[in-house]
Amino acid sequence: MLEINNLHVKLEEEDKQILKGVDLTVEAGKVHAIMGPNGSGKSTLSYILSGRDGYEVTDGSISLEGEDVLELEPEERAALGVFLAFQYPVEIPGVGNMTFLRTALNAQRKAKGEDEMSAADFLKLIREKAKDLKIDADMLKRPVNVGFSGGEKKRNEILQMAVLEPKMCILDETDSGLDVDAMKLVADGVNALRSEGRGFLVITHYQRLLDHIVPDVVHIMADGRIVKTGGPELALEVEKNGYADIMAEVA
Amino acid sequence: MPAVAKQKLAELKRGATEDRLEAMTLPEGAGWAGDARGAALARVRDMGLPHPRDEYWKFTRPETLTRAEAPKASLFDGGEPHLFHDRDRLHLVFRDGVLDTSASDALALDGIEIERLSDAMAKDIHWARDVYGVLEANGQHPVQRPLAALNTAYASDGVVIRVTGKPAKPVCLTYLHEDETSDAILHHLIRVEEGAEMTLLETGPAAARFNKVMEVDVADTATFHHVRAQGRDHERRCVTGTFARLGTQSTFKSFTMTVNGVLTRNECVIELTGDDAVAHVAGACVGDGDDFHHDDTVFVTHDAVNCESRQVFKKVLRNGATGVFQGKILVKDGAQKTDGYQISQSLLLDDDSQFLAKPELEIYADDVACSHGSTSGAIDETALFYLRSRGVPEAQATDLMVLAFLAEALQEIEDESIAEEMVERLSGWLERRAA
Repeated sequence: MLEINNLHVKLEEEDKQILKGVDLTVEAGKVHAIMGPNGSGKSTLSYILSGRDGYEVTDGSISLEGEDVLELEPEERAALGVFLAFQYPVEIPGVGNMTFLRTALNAQRKAKGEDEMSAADFLKLIREKAKDLKIDADMLKRPVNVGFSGGEKKRNEILQMAVLEPKMCILDETDSGLDVDAMKLVADGVNALRSEGRGFLVITHYQRLLDHIVPDVVHIMADGRIVKTGGPELALEVEKNGYADIMAEVA
Repeated sequence: MPAVAKQKLAELKRGATEDRLEAMTLPEGAGWAGDARGAALARVRDMGLPHPRDEYWKFTRPETLTRAEAPKASLFDGGEPHLFHDRDRLHLVFRDGVLDTSASDALALDGIEIERLSDAMAKDIHWARDVYGVLEANGQHPVQRPLAALNTAYASDGVVIRVTGKPAKPVCLTYLHEDETSDAILHHLIRVEEGAEMTLLETGPAAARFNKVMEVDVADTATFHHVRAQGRDHERRCVTGTFARLGTQSTFKSFTMTVNGVLTRNECVIELTGDDAVAHVAGACVGDGDDFHHDDTVFVTHDAVNCESRQVFKKVLRNGATGVFQGKILVKDGAQKTDGYQISQSLLLDDDSQFLAKPELEIYADDVACSHGSTSGAIDETALFYLRSRGVPEAQATDLMVLAFLAEALQEIEDESIAEEMVERLSGWLERRAA
């Protein structure tokens, strides 16, 4: 589903190479996890996938179901099925959460040549999805992420994912800032979305999120490359021994 | 300004002022109305029409407003009905500044007395005598507003409203622009009597060049709500002056939405003369193009105890548009417990657009809370990316951010359904512009 080949990325403003040849394939229906120490390039990879400014791809390619992703604007990527759950969800004062979600959903439907969803149908959909994530009516009415706690912000990301039903979900340190209960709630939300046609890329520092969202494949990223790939046991190894052992092993 | 320079400026203005006056005809009329016009004319001659060297005309060029001929403004058909069209209202239609009685409702509504300015002026005894040109003249100090005095001298049409109760519906004035060179002057008078309350709606561009003055006398415990939209004609010019006097425990709330129009100067002069009064004045403006110029000039005087005033102005500017805000809070000696707030903000969508702000506070009382702030900023790129990453196209995401930016000003509209209508109309305009 998602094919990343030999991806090289540098910062646009300065001569600093962040990704130095990333190769990664995520198959439909699978959950891949990327772990790695700080500064290894994990978050940069998520930004590149979603089309954020400030980076320059110097080599390599990304495709989703055969379509060249790098050529597309962020909104076109979203319509194609790319979704990034942000590490730090953005607060947008003045824009209501519901308005935002409905605008996004209908923009994606329009881009795909589908009819817009009626207000009534949307309301029904959002109520149902919000209930599962314990998001109350007040959170839906408030401006996007404004005054939300860390846990509420992350739940709101998963709500967007549930409503927009993307093909390729990228979770950037979704566990950061969450207590155990909130993490469980978020993980349940993600697990409910696991399906044959959907791929996941879960970026995390720690193994504990992977107790709840059990991955099929685990990659270790260091210094802009994937240095090791294995099964869920690899995450446990990191948890036990830290990254140092693995780094020594691949060096 | 030194005396010599002042004299020189006065000479410079005199010629231009006489040229303008020569091109105009003073409406006929004797009695109090004639006296009021004569006094206003003397004020105009004394002050001279605005000149770029005047302190409060440094950011806005007055030439097209002061010269004898109104610059041509092509007509615009937005293909949609005017705002407030399906609202229950007392509707009056002005065509290029002249009341069209056949297109208007009858001048009758429970709770108010309403008549045409010329009819009121024809009466020997009328309450209008104590308001017409009086609030305008009071508002000439310390900042001169000669175009408002010019209006008082020459206005031949307008409405005169005395509110005695709580009318069940608003009065709505729709200003149609149908002549490319029309030069309209309207003068409205409103007196809200003790405990009474009314809502006045205004919509439309009115003319190629429009000079409007509204004097609002809000008595003790009375309430006045005002919401206006200044039409969508691209080339129209206007200068408006709102002069309000507030009694004890009275409320005055005014909101203006401006989209398009090459030149707009909205002056608002408010005097809080009774204790515990509340005055809010707000504006939302969306300007596009290097010939767009929009100016809010506000002066709020606190002359009583425990009054509250708010000025909330938001401008979205793109493609070289210019926005101006000159806002002042004057707290007189003895106006203790004053709560004065002023915010003016611009969202600049490109490097060519500019926002010129001159916030002023002048305080002579020692127990007051006054704050003011002014900011200019670009669109929040992180928020824009967030919206786009969810599939919202860039133009639409920008519109959402624009509406969000304007929200604080729109929230100043008291009536929620009117606020909703404004937001809806505004999003429609933004959407079509992007298409």
